[in-house]
Amino acid sequence: MIYSVKNFIDHKFLLRELVLKGIKLKYRRSYLGILWSLLEPILMTIVLTIIFGTLFGNNNKQYPFYILSGRLLFSYFSSATNMGLRSIRANASMIKKVYVPKYLYVLSNVIYTYMIFIISMVVLLGLAAILRIPPTWYLLLVWVPLVLLFLTAFGVSMILATVGVFFRDMEYLWGIIMTLIMYASAIFYYPEKILASKHGWILKYNPLYQIIDLFRDCLLGRPMDSFALIYSVSFAIGSIVIGCLLFVKKQDKFILYI
Amino acid sequence: MANGDIVVKDVSIKFNLNQEKIDSLKEYFIKKLKGQISYKEFWALKHVSFSIKSGDRLGILGLNGSGKSTMLKCIAGVLKPSTGYVHREGLLMPMIELGAGFDMQYTGRENVFLYGSVLGFKRDFMKAHYREIVDFAELNDFMDVPLKNYSSGMRSRLGFAIATVVKPDILILDEVLSVGDAKFRKKSENKMMELIEDGTTVLFVSHSLQQVQKICNKALILDHGEMIAFGDIETVSAKYEEIIG
Repeated sequence: MIYSVKNFIDHKFLLRELVLKGIKLKYRRSYLGILWSLLEPILMTIVLTIIFGTLFGNNNKQYPFYILSGRLLFSYFSSATNMGLRSIRANASMIKKVYVPKYLYVLSNVIYTYMIFIISMVVLLGLAAILRIPPTWYLLLVWVPLVLLFLTAFGVSMILATVGVFFRDMEYLWGIIMTLIMYASAIFYYPEKILASKHGWILKYNPLYQIIDLFRDCLLGRPMDSFALIYSVSFAIGSIVIGCLLFVKKQDKFILYI
Repeated sequence: MANGDIVVKDVSIKFNLNQEKIDSLKEYFIKKLKGQISYKEFWALKHVSFSIKSGDRLGILGLNGSGKSTMLKCIAGVLKPSTGYVHREGLLMPMIELGAGFDMQYTGRENVFLYGSVLGFKRDFMKAHYREIVDFAELNDFMDVPLKNYSSGMRSRLGFAIATVVKPDILILDEVLSVGDAKFRKKSENKMMELIEDGTTVLFVSHSLQQVQKICNKALILDHGEMIAFGDIETVSAKYEEIIG
């Protein structure tokens, strides 16, 4: 344990370089650059609001805000885990040559996508101002779901990165799973009806739904749901523990498969 | 142990050669259920032990597939031995496939800092030596160009310049360095010789006995993963000549 902490401190500057690289390369040679991180959620929210607002006959003034808050969290989780899944293979030429703690490649992906995600939060702020959604004291707790989101993304990425080294199929499989998770995260619909039905468990045990729910609670001035909190905290810790154990157990074998 | 010392103790490396490479989950589960996953054990190295002192230049000789590169990877710490251990002290610099490991989208300048940090150099250190690296690689006009637009010679030159910016305690050389054009090759050979004379420990893998004799003072021979000779260059090269006939 002490060894791992020291190891981490020794390589902190490498982590910094890797995070920097991710951010720099993301929008290199595009004219709008980082603005894409803001434009994408705006366009998505407009389309979803028009389609599902009309479809569901929804006149709720807060509906676009509801969509955007869920959409932002989902797309972070999606891009972080997808990058995490590929992170070992993507850095194969380095790994074969120089010894570097390999989890840094996974961690740097999760961190840099998180930074871009935090920047894109500006859109949410702007929308809140336009729709006149009043801030409440609950807003002070908004860091809780945001931290949980990061931890869960890291834990899941560690698991995926390990599995991804040995089985290429995981990339395709995870693409499908992410689509399923998206539909089961109540991003563009209200979950009440489903929660009340016998299929309620699909949402209830979806950690991403619970984190999005906590996030919305904080934004819209509601106390956090205690089941959601307990479940997502345990899921985050559980995935990190499993992810790290799996990674450490298998990491010496990576080089034989990449 | 002083910087530059290497102790290799009873190192064996086992690979599980799958009869067929299983790369997909479906295949894995089907084979697993049918009980068809069979591994053929393959020992790339068998109980290799030796130790060299700081300043020694060790040539590793052997035919193809004898475990030379595996041995180097093991000492570099990239590959973990199945049994035994490798102890080494000091900064290690792998000069294997120079230019591999760069990011193609990144510019030359950015790659200097990224590659430097992978090798363990902090940003400030790289900043201080940046000019030196660029001058040595003779790439002054290309530092803001993405690496994908470099020729392979330019990439290796940059790789060589970064790797030799500091005097390492241990230097790993896989095959001969033929970096860039004739002019640069001369320059890089001089730089290598400078490092070697400075008392750097060198591990050198080559098929060419002449080159090994030129650089090394010690040698070992690997044959199918087993070390069949280790000692002074004269004794070992006589034995090697005997083997290859």
